[in-house]
Amino acid sequence: MLTYLIRRLFAAAVMLVVIVLVVFSIFFLIPKWTGVDPATMYVGKASDAAALEGIRQKLGLDDPILVQLFEFFKAIFVGRDYTSAGSTTRCDAPCFGYSFKTEQAIWPVLTDRFPVTFGLAIGAAVIWLIIGLTAGVLSALRRGSIWDRASMTVALAGVSLPIYFTGLISLAIFSYGLGWVSNEYTPIEESFPDWFSGMILPWVTLAFLFGAMYARLTRATMLEVMGEDYIRTARAKGVREMVVIRKHAMRSTMTPIITLLGVDLGMLMGNAILTETTFSLPGLGQAVLKAIGERDLPVILGVTLITATAVVVANLVVDILYSVIDPRVRLA
Amino acid sequence: MTDLSKTDAAVAEPAAAGSPAPSAFLEVRDLKIHFPTDDGVVKSVDGLSFQLEKGKTLGIVGESGSGKSVTSLGIMGLHTVGQYGRQKAKISGEIWLEGKELLTADANEVRRLRGREMAMIFQDPLSALHPYFTIGKQIIEAYRIHHDVDKKVARKRAIEMLDRVGIPQPNQRVDSYPHEFSGGMRQRAMIAMSLVNNPELLIADEPTTALDVTVQAQILDLIRDLQKEFGSAVIVITHDLGVVAELADDILVMYGGRCVERGTADKVFYEPKHPYTWGLLGSMPRIDRERTERLNPVKGSPPSLINIPDGCAFNPRCPYADIPKGDITRTERPELREVQSGHYSACHLPREDRERLWNEEIAPKL
Amino acid sequence: MRSLGTSRRRSAAASAVVVAALLTTAACGGGDSDNGDGDGGGKGTGFNAAVDKVANPSDKKGGTLKFIGVQDADSWDTTRGYYGFAWNFMRYYSRQLVTPAAVPGEGGLELKPDLAKSTAKVSEDGKTYTYELKDGITWQDGKPITAQDIKYGIERQWAQDVLSGGPVHVKNTLDPEGKYKGPYKDPGGLDAIQTPDDKTIVFKLPKANSDFEQMLSMTSSSPVPKAKDTKSKYGLSPFSSGPYKFKEYSPNKKLVLVRNENWKRSTDTVRKALPGKITVTLISNPDELDKRLISGDYDVDLNATGLSPAGRASALKEHKGNVDNPETGFIRYAAFPQSVKPFDDIHCRKAAIYGSDHKSIQTARGGPMGGGDIGTNMLPPVVPGSDTSYDPYGLAKNDGAANVEKAKEELKKCGKPNGFKTTIAVRNNKDVEVDTAEAMQASLKKVGIEAQIDEYDGAQIAGIVGNPKVVKKKNYGIIVMGWGPDFNSVQGYGKPLWHSVNILPNGNNNFSEIDEPKIDKAFEKFEAELDEDKAAEIASSINKQVMEGAYYLPFTFEKMLTWRSSRLTNAYSTYAYSGQYDYASLGVK
Repeated sequence: MLTYLIRRLFAAAVMLVVIVLVVFSIFFLIPKWTGVDPATMYVGKASDAAALEGIRQKLGLDDPILVQLFEFFKAIFVGRDYTSAGSTTRCDAPCFGYSFKTEQAIWPVLTDRFPVTFGLAIGAAVIWLIIGLTAGVLSALRRGSIWDRASMTVALAGVSLPIYFTGLISLAIFSYGLGWVSNEYTPIEESFPDWFSGMILPWVTLAFLFGAMYARLTRATMLEVMGEDYIRTARAKGVREMVVIRKHAMRSTMTPIITLLGVDLGMLMGNAILTETTFSLPGLGQAVLKAIGERDLPVILGVTLITATAVVVANLVVDILYSVIDPRVRLA
Repeated sequence: MTDLSKTDAAVAEPAAAGSPAPSAFLEVRDLKIHFPTDDGVVKSVDGLSFQLEKGKTLGIVGESGSGKSVTSLGIMGLHTVGQYGRQKAKISGEIWLEGKELLTADANEVRRLRGREMAMIFQDPLSALHPYFTIGKQIIEAYRIHHDVDKKVARKRAIEMLDRVGIPQPNQRVDSYPHEFSGGMRQRAMIAMSLVNNPELLIADEPTTALDVTVQAQILDLIRDLQKEFGSAVIVITHDLGVVAELADDILVMYGGRCVERGTADKVFYEPKHPYTWGLLGSMPRIDRERTERLNPVKGSPPSLINIPDGCAFNPRCPYADIPKGDITRTERPELREVQSGHYSACHLPREDRERLWNEEIAPKL
Repeated sequence: MRSLGTSRRRSAAASAVVVAALLTTAACGGGDSDNGDGDGGGKGTGFNAAVDKVANPSDKKGGTLKFIGVQDADSWDTTRGYYGFAWNFMRYYSRQLVTPAAVPGEGGLELKPDLAKSTAKVSEDGKTYTYELKDGITWQDGKPITAQDIKYGIERQWAQDVLSGGPVHVKNTLDPEGKYKGPYKDPGGLDAIQTPDDKTIVFKLPKANSDFEQMLSMTSSSPVPKAKDTKSKYGLSPFSSGPYKFKEYSPNKKLVLVRNENWKRSTDTVRKALPGKITVTLISNPDELDKRLISGDYDVDLNATGLSPAGRASALKEHKGNVDNPETGFIRYAAFPQSVKPFDDIHCRKAAIYGSDHKSIQTARGGPMGGGDIGTNMLPPVVPGSDTSYDPYGLAKNDGAANVEKAKEELKKCGKPNGFKTTIAVRNNKDVEVDTAEAMQASLKKVGIEAQIDEYDGAQIAGIVGNPKVVKKKNYGIIVMGWGPDFNSVQGYGKPLWHSVNILPNGNNNFSEIDEPKIDKAFEKFEAELDEDKAAEIASSINKQVMEGAYYLPFTFEKMLTWRSSRLTNAYSTYAYSGQYDYASLGVK
């Protein structure tokens, strides 16, 4: 188990380094290939030559790519000083770059916005797991019943409706129409009830989309698992049906669910852009959307890295969970 | 009707359905298990009766799809979850276990009998054991369902059982997962699990099919030894007559959901009365005899259990179907008749023809 | 002035229709919501109540004025911001020597003394501007604002290598050669600005410029105390000289201003400074912004880009009294780069002008209310010298229909009787511009001009349409764009577009590459002319020459539909800031 863990951790670390390399290369090579001076993206309307030169110096854009890459990695551990025209901007470690659009180091922006996206993802995941697993298990056990058909129809709707559609409609009804919940984000440290009130619609909307997938997957897996020989064995031992389902069947059903959950939690960043935009949540998604609109490369780079890290970490957690659940994996 | 309980044979003609509780340890009367499907009703078991006494072993033999496995599941009360999916199986008849009728009994009561009174060993121990739990956990669970003891005691018991079934270093192996065991080990563990509660009835469904030939014999020996030790009644279900040859006291041959021949092992092996049994014997590998001319096993495939032909179910595959006069083999179902004392067969072949065929054509080739 | 445009993302627009329908029902059925609180259901003061007049005049102080926006300022540093709304908003925390008068509409073009006791004393030759500072003007820490602070604040414009992004008109006027290296590299300071004492500041121009005081009224000419200058980070927390100061700022998220207790009302005759607190909330979904305005959660759209089509429909139907329809001072137009054939020939340019259907283009831009009146020439109504009735190509005649006959005639003269092929360049992030290009394409097709539309990355204007080489390479014969004046004069509006010195290799705005000595001369004349009426005449003549050169097809004199919450007081649209509400005057009920 320990060697397995170490191996997985090492693989995850290698993966992250590769991601940094690739992302970095993309962001710094593409402007070179397309012939667009990356410095022009940092200055405003005035194409003042001095301004361009200043930016180039500060960001070290004239340095060879390897030097830039080294500087980038170094900054993560020891911080970095951006200097030009006798003016120095300090970016403390861990320095993931510096946005000259907003004059902020990237790391504080990420740490400021990450909790929003993280809260969104985790809250939604909790809801969709509860809804998806319950609906899926009940459907599988009452296969062919009205409940099964109804919940699978709703699930189909959930899978096929885009998030901005369900999001806008639920906002219009529950927030603007009935006034039950807040349409605004409040940081959790300011007021828990307000935070909760503002998060409930985004959670439910996201959970509706994902819960639907989980319900369908749970149902299919559960049906398969209930036909397994070891379930028959459990029954033959005289195990109560409730225990058969809860202990023997659910454990196996969880395996694909957890795999999917790991992928989804990572990929949720993509959906977070839509959800955060729809519900105006100040999370990573909005930050990157804004950054893309303004070609604020350091922010895009930072968010890409944190997202990639989230995916890698989520997968690592899944792998570990997986091995806890399924002892056979530890061998692999 | 004679007083059957006094006969030496474990297998006697059972009483008709609806008769008072029998004195036999296990008695199955006119058992029918039908699965409604979209294509029609699958008559997996269609009127099966037999008895079994404690300390005796019954071998149920037949090809796959003959209804033998469904019979065992029916006894265990596990037939409802079949491979046919959404519709529930229809079961009728009677199953008496120690004077208790199981089909009319409360489901929870039957559940409590499972694992304690009657236990089961399955064909493929790899898929029958839960891959995510250690062997020990699975045995402990089986024990603690029926015994109000703490985990420590149950664990001791599990180790004891593993030791008994011949697993080396049971103290350590108790914490192993099924995938860490070899095939034979797994089946031993499975047997340990099913015997942990000293069940009075043990049903072994193809217990050796998934195993190597060398391991097969060990497992069969184990079952036999344990039976002697525990004194349980055992039903061994197999497609391979060889498996039951040394194990069974009585043999029941199933075909198309019904019994076509039943009798003591000696009788069925040495004086089989049904062409299907002949076929099975012919396909049995035997080490003790060189065979110059190999008898063909039964040609063709088992009948669809949805459309069991009128007349004799074996008719389409029977090499001697033309012998009986008229079209009786196609129109009338042969009844199970006592052809010798304690030996039953369901075949239209006239007695003389049957004797002649056995003596002249079949027996010499076996 | 940089435009945010009035367009919204296309994907959002589709769903917006659904939302508009829902909103309407919600508004009708929302009987259970309490009617107080001045929410959207409350009565607005009336349609256009804040155009050319003041809606809800009031002197009531206190309350929280709530702005909402989808776009943060490019920088809140007075030296660096270039968005019009940012200049407007900066007056909350910055003061200038002179500043636009706090009166509706055209009145905003007049400059009032702010930090100075009076407007400039200009020397006879127009080259020396002298100001005396008021007494009692203070920073947020209570220290007096000195002439040196003003000088330093303006000098920051020279430090483009550190403080890029803002307007540099004062820099270009005082130091056209760019000899001074900025206060960071040369603390000695700029000779052209002199501070004989703490209360006097003198500007020495190398050459007269009639708009110089206009330039000094811009927020980029605000004072900055040297001791508080955090250089490139100054925009995160500018030091206040105005009635409010930064309390909290998180870029792209939130900005909170609170009262600057050291600001003395007696020294400031322009800013009303009514609210107790001012908040700015930044979100990213424009439809959501409209909904929150209409629902009464917020008071003003910070960006002042006007309501989106969905919001417009709902607002006009349910709450017309909360809507204003002011001029923005922008002209939306197509420019014809002369380097791209066949637009080197004036007749081909004229063919494209005549061949376009101005009505359908106006409709694509949102109609007379959402888009504005059909443009007739290139000088917007907010600029002195403008005359919207001057329509040399008859663009607004025949209800804006294309003049196919004339177009064909011009095609013949240009040697392309059967028409020609060209490309329309349009930003991909402005739906309304794409729609405009499509309308133009459709009408040009009827006279034989086959134009294909190329949607380029709207975030890279400077490097694509702003680069004449790229324009030529990509065969951009028609560039769809818009422009508003940095300050309201022909110089502030037209010089970047029409003067030959402004043909730049990168970040070019003279898309047509007009290199006309007569026009260049006229600008020089204008800058030297200190008489307002005469200057306006020169402006008209420049406009005329530009129109006669057929370098542009004006689409619209832009108008927008803006939301004014029911609780807003002292709201009026001002020419000084592109028709936006004069933020410094706003209060809440």
